[in-house]
Amino acid sequence: MMTLSLSHYLTLAAVLFAISIVGIVLNRKNLIVLLMAVELMLLAVNINFVAFSHYLNDIHGQVFVFFVLTVAAAESAIGLAILIVLFRNRRTIHVDDLDSLQG
Amino acid sequence: MNFAIPNFLPAAAEIFVAVMVLLSLLLTTFVRERQSARALGYGLAQISLLGACVIVVVVMPSQAVLTFSDLFIADSLAGFLKLMILFAVIVSLLYGRDYLAVRKMDRPEFFMLVQLMALGMMVLVGANHMLTVYIGLEMMSLPLYALIAFDRDNARATEAAMKYFVLGSLASGMLLYGMSMVYGATGTMDLSVLMDAASRGIGVAPESRLVLAFGLVFLVCGIAFKLGIAPFHMWVPDVYQGAPTAVTLLIAGAPKLAALGMAMRLLAFGMADLMVHWQHMLIVLAVASIVLGNLAAIVQTNIKRMLAYSGISHMGFVLLALLSARWIGSEQTAGDAFALLGLQPLPLTVNAYSAALFYAVAYVVMTLAAFGTIVLLSRSGFEADTLEDFKGLNRRSRWFAGMMMFTMLSMAGIPFFVGFIAKLAVLQAVVQAGGYWLAVLAVVMSVIGAFYYLRVVKVMYFDAPQSEEALVASPDVRFLLSVNGIGIAVLGLAPQWLLDMCLQALPVALS
Repeated sequence: MMTLSLSHYLTLAAVLFAISIVGIVLNRKNLIVLLMAVELMLLAVNINFVAFSHYLNDIHGQVFVFFVLTVAAAESAIGLAILIVLFRNRRTIHVDDLDSLQG
Repeated sequence: MNFAIPNFLPAAAEIFVAVMVLLSLLLTTFVRERQSARALGYGLAQISLLGACVIVVVVMPSQAVLTFSDLFIADSLAGFLKLMILFAVIVSLLYGRDYLAVRKMDRPEFFMLVQLMALGMMVLVGANHMLTVYIGLEMMSLPLYALIAFDRDNARATEAAMKYFVLGSLASGMLLYGMSMVYGATGTMDLSVLMDAASRGIGVAPESRLVLAFGLVFLVCGIAFKLGIAPFHMWVPDVYQGAPTAVTLLIAGAPKLAALGMAMRLLAFGMADLMVHWQHMLIVLAVASIVLGNLAAIVQTNIKRMLAYSGISHMGFVLLALLSARWIGSEQTAGDAFALLGLQPLPLTVNAYSAALFYAVAYVVMTLAAFGTIVLLSRSGFEADTLEDFKGLNRRSRWFAGMMMFTMLSMAGIPFFVGFIAKLAVLQAVVQAGGYWLAVLAVVMSVIGAFYYLRVVKVMYFDAPQSEEALVASPDVRFLLSVNGIGIAVLGLAPQWLLDMCLQALPVALS
């Protein structure tokens, strides 16, 4: 039977982190996908913290995760609020349409 | 189970601001008349920020005090930065008041968000643990996102808020990822423990060294985002241009000091052991932002955008100061020049960090004056944010054209304004650390940069104005702008007291 080692968790977190970065950088369609990518990034970090915390036998990492989760909730609330205001002004949430500021 | 009551005194200023936010939230709802509710909200915000200044001065400890299970530190650096941050926020609010009133943005919630942002910055510069860094950073950023989008019907502002939100969250995510790596490599997130990690034998195994360096890359990326450093600068011009000018004042001023505080806490304190690694990264970032900032600013016709690019290059100078805390390249005898002049050179770290602090403070003073002038020229429904709007300012108001000229000349680094002294301080720190080519590059790029600052002066003095109408600003904005402009000149002539303050602000641990 295969046991799960620290590096398995770290790899999973790194893959999730990479997916979220790609989601932010390459996504040209929908702003909601962008917000989801931001959340995914924080979850990747959480996996990292919990895994390290377990393997280091140190509780601090898990406490940190609670704070990250709480702040992530506040952050997505603000993000969605801005999204709604943006939609009311622009009638679109396409990333490509956000081009009035350039130069 | 034991639970010791922590020492609240070092955080007295933060607690005071937090209580005042709640109080103004409560009190302003009970005031029926809208106009007086707005005045009350503004008044309470100023009282809370001024009160926090007084408390910071009163409780400033003579040596570093840790509290809340070592999460929070009160030392001279935190005290100095908190004072400067509060000062910048107070001045921004004073400048912005009429601007906000004309646009019906001066609702009590606006001032509450500003107080919360100030609170976040105070927590950030007083952080002694990565958790506090993260909480402080988010407490600073979240109100800022909301402030930019505060003018709900302004499409440009909401777009700027969205861009800032996405890129700001990306930055915090990177910073967090870096923190998790550092935690994994060392088993601690306490910055003062990290500082002497090597001496305690933490994180010395080769594989954890690698993880630590990996985490450091992400930390530096996150810090660069928040400071607005190339190549992580994409949000800066858009946000400066899109946000209402009163909010741009808040973004361009105090948060730069807070971000510098964060950089010093994380890199200079926590990662002092890895200075050899972060110095190289900072060299790349500093060169990129000084070059890109100065070149991109030349082609801008929007003054807010131009000031954003100039801000990028100024932040490059701040990084240039930070990275001189260690020999650049091999150890050289740069001290010789000092010996010839009969000067006793300061230790590299002291010299570098105090130059960074001085530069950041000088930049904030100049940037407040520059955006203050834009606020002064703006009227209801009209943003004076293009070069056209500055045409012939001299004919409309000799005095304020003079003040803007002081600001521009100071930003360009022309003697004897404060910007010159700040550039001089950074360059001598770089030279003392042996980074001659960096110093030469910085000077050359400053000369190129002088072009777009002087263009503003030329436009103000030699072009015909588009309208001859007199300025319609309130007396307090006029007074404040005059003080600010004269301050730039006076600080340039008598900079010693501020330089001394920056030197004294450095905690013993850094020198």
